[in-house]
Amino acid sequence: MLAEALFFSAVLFAIGVVGVLTRRNAIIVFMCVELMLNAVNLTFVAFAQAYGVAGQVFVFFVMTVAAAEAAVGLAIIIALFRHRQTIDLEHINILKG
Amino acid sequence: MLLLAQAAAAADSLATHPLQGTVARWLWAVPMLPLLGFVLNGALSLFSAYHVGPADPSAAGHDHADHVAHVDHADHAAAGHDDDHHPVVRHRFAALSSIIGPGVLLLAFALVAAIWAAMRSAGGGAIEAPYVQRYFSWIAAGDLHIDAAFQLDQLSMLMMLVITGVGTLIHVFSVGYMRDDPGYPRYFAYLNLFVFFMLLLVLGASYPLLFIGWEGVGVCSYLLIGFWFSDKANADAGKKAFIANRVGDAGFLIAMFLLFSNLHTLSFTGVHAAAGGLGFDSALVTTICLFLFVGCAGKSAQIPLYVWLPDAMAGPTPVSALIHAATMVTAGVYLVARSSFLFSMAPVAQIVVVMIGALTAIFAASIGLKQWDIKKVLAYSTISQLGYMFVGVGSGAYVAGVFHLVTHAFFKALLFLGSGSVIFAMHAAYHHTGSHEDAQDMRNMGGLRRMLPVTWILMWIATLAISGVPPFAGFFSKDEILGSVFARAQHSTIADASLLGISGSAWLYAAYVLGVAAAFMTAVYMTRLMLYTFHGPNRTGEREREHLHEAPWIMTGPLVVLGLLSVVGGWLNLPSFASMLGSVGGLERWLDPVVGAATAQTVAGAAETSPGLEYGLVGFAVLIALAGILFAVARLKPERLPTKAQAGPERGFARVLEHKYYVDEIYDDAVVQPIVKTSRGLLWRGVDVGLIDGAMVRGSAWLTRFVGWIGSEFQSGQLGTYAWVLVAGVLVVLGAFTIR
Amino acid sequence: MPPGSPPLSMPHGTLPLSYTFFFYVFGAIAVVSAILFVTRKSPVAAALWLVNTMFNLAALYVMLDAQFIGAIQVLVYAGAIMVVFLFVIMLLNLGHADATTDIRGVGTKLVAIAIGIALFAEIMTVTHGHTIGQITLPQGYAATQIMRTGAVAPISSVLFTQYLVAFEITSVLLLAAVVGAVILAKRKDDAR
Repeated sequence: MLAEALFFSAVLFAIGVVGVLTRRNAIIVFMCVELMLNAVNLTFVAFAQAYGVAGQVFVFFVMTVAAAEAAVGLAIIIALFRHRQTIDLEHINILKG
Repeated sequence: MLLLAQAAAAADSLATHPLQGTVARWLWAVPMLPLLGFVLNGALSLFSAYHVGPADPSAAGHDHADHVAHVDHADHAAAGHDDDHHPVVRHRFAALSSIIGPGVLLLAFALVAAIWAAMRSAGGGAIEAPYVQRYFSWIAAGDLHIDAAFQLDQLSMLMMLVITGVGTLIHVFSVGYMRDDPGYPRYFAYLNLFVFFMLLLVLGASYPLLFIGWEGVGVCSYLLIGFWFSDKANADAGKKAFIANRVGDAGFLIAMFLLFSNLHTLSFTGVHAAAGGLGFDSALVTTICLFLFVGCAGKSAQIPLYVWLPDAMAGPTPVSALIHAATMVTAGVYLVARSSFLFSMAPVAQIVVVMIGALTAIFAASIGLKQWDIKKVLAYSTISQLGYMFVGVGSGAYVAGVFHLVTHAFFKALLFLGSGSVIFAMHAAYHHTGSHEDAQDMRNMGGLRRMLPVTWILMWIATLAISGVPPFAGFFSKDEILGSVFARAQHSTIADASLLGISGSAWLYAAYVLGVAAAFMTAVYMTRLMLYTFHGPNRTGEREREHLHEAPWIMTGPLVVLGLLSVVGGWLNLPSFASMLGSVGGLERWLDPVVGAATAQTVAGAAETSPGLEYGLVGFAVLIALAGILFAVARLKPERLPTKAQAGPERGFARVLEHKYYVDEIYDDAVVQPIVKTSRGLLWRGVDVGLIDGAMVRGSAWLTRFVGWIGSEFQSGQLGTYAWVLVAGVLVVLGAFTIR
Repeated sequence: MPPGSPPLSMPHGTLPLSYTFFFYVFGAIAVVSAILFVTRKSPVAAALWLVNTMFNLAALYVMLDAQFIGAIQVLVYAGAIMVVFLFVIMLLNLGHADATTDIRGVGTKLVAIAIGIALFAEIMTVTHGHTIGQITLPQGYAATQIMRTGAVAPISSVLFTQYLVAFEITSVLLLAAVVGAVILAKRKDDAR
């Protein structure tokens, strides 16, 4: 099942990338990133079956960090929305330098 | 094999040399004494501030309130000073410098005399090998080994005697001449330094050491010509001298490179031993000799690099006497004599040397006919006489050329110092009356024999000597040169060679004719000088006349000594018909170990000139000299001469002569201005400002900013763009893994 | 486990057809859900499709002998993280479909899809290339381990010994994240 799982993982990751590139809504882009993380989790779990439980431990940590990241990221989006009244990435370009 | 020959020569000169253990072991002290004088005088000069002085042209612009040393004597460029004779304050250390300066030189001369005595008692002209004292290894780089060593042989001994002897006399003269100059210790410091370098030049045992002295005297010449540097013209003259010398030095360096690359040695003994390997009349040895001569043309003021010497008259007169008459300019002649074994192997180069010498002789003599500044006449006379010397050494008559060098040192120094006396008197007269007339222009002189009788007589002796009137010094040396050229035109290796299709014989005959013509002109312009300066009515002016008087004895004394030498100096190398005056061929015997072989190589078994021909040539030369004097006396009437202020411009060919054939102007247009324009337009504006400042410095700054701008354009602030770039990067990295 | 009870999963020498079938079914649904997620205009709809993807992934995890991870996926990922997302969407009132401004142009989409395909191809090549023989566990090792100790024990026994430091640091990280989130999202009192 390793090969099939890796296949699905690759597809999901690619879909996530396409989403990041294509969408302009910040939250949706964020969710695409979560999708990519999930794809990676699938990869790790598939490898854990073949190579040992360390893969699952890694998935554990990925999830934890994803949770933290989601919390902070959404807080940023909220703060951004308060100032700019929009979360369209086209309009958020104060970093221009 | 070369090394063996070199080592053998070196071992010979050290192991069994007759001078070993004599006073000659103090040879090193001879140059060190003037160096000590330089250090002491230099210290004295540095520890005293510089004040503008009486002879300093910049005195023109100062008002009296500024002067610390109460100097308000005006030279002829000064504007409107009153004629009160304020007391002159001499330099603080003047007395000390007066003792140190000439003192070290007197000691050096005494030492040289002692070594000479030792040399004579050890055999004199019979000592075959040179006495080489090696002090330390200077350069040891791969194949190149140059030692700091002095070589004492008959030629360098002769030169040392001339340098220290005439040098001492000139130092003593300077004590009187420069007494009021504020740069007094500096003057003696430079003068001592010059003597040190000149001694280094003649004592050096290898070409590089000679070159150190060569360059050093060039530097001192620059320093001394521009001694009163606050006048830009003097500084320019110094620069001109140095630069013209440098052009020649380039030639000298190339010759040294060629010598080293072919012979792998640069010491005189080494090159002498190995010179045969270059091949007689080969292109290589000819090239080496020609490049050496380029150096000589620069240092000894031959065509085309003579232009600095007339300008060098901007320096103090004793400097002109020492450097530009007696010693520095003779360095070229010394070099050719030193390299006699090379020159005698290259007949074509010898032709070139002779012809340039002859052309220079007549060219400069013709200019001297129409110069009004007394020092300029003597300067061109020097150039002309140097031409004679090169005719001598170029034709393989090394003894004759060196002989003329020695006699010329005597009478030319006498002429310069005598003119110094005259100028000293004129200056004194002019500043008594506050006049701004040119104290050096002959048109302002006249009839000075009544006021300066001693100088008058001595300068006539020198004039007769330089014109070649027997039994004075110049006659014997000049006659020997002309006779040698004539003899070699008939039979020698030079006569057998050919240059530009013309046989060497024809060249040498032409040189003889030019030499005779130049002798005629020499007599004419020297007599002219004497007539305008000392005879006829006095044109100086009513008020000045009463202040004209003879120089003090400290200045006239050396003149007397030189006058004596100008009389008897020629008896050093008497021809056979003059045996009643002394020993025949003394100098020839003395120099035989150094140049004898080379001389013999050139004449290669020619028959002795018949006595009839010899007498004929001698008589002809005397006739020419006397004809020149009489011509000048007949044609030139000092009574009809206007003063400088009243004199109108010359016309016709006289004008060309007075303007020195416009050579300086031609050089300026043809060489200097193009270089200046190229430097300014191309090198400065184009390369420096445009390329380096613009393209490289500002361009690199612009490039950095541009790259930064590109980088900043990437920072769009758009997260979407960042995402794209990120993914693109990931693709690339993964692609690398994939492909691998 | 009492002998004779049916095994929780088959030793993987030969896989029953149903296993493979259901693996593919869950995978396909996950992929379709992901595609749908990426193409929805409405953020709420997209979020819900993502939740669906995560459920199916949890199923896959279970089938891959990572039952604990599967449970955690549902609890944490789908149950907490996606809920937070939905909370924020509702909070900022972004639930409505934003027709005109959300998705980029056609050209961009095509390029993005091309990049996606390229990325997919690369990943496939890289991950399928080499199986490292030396560390490959024997078939069914994980299953047998789980049969003996349960699904949680393998993870926890390693987590609290070998990866203890990372565990502790992660807890600090969570603390920092919580504090950061509070500070960032706090309404600032306008003092001006």
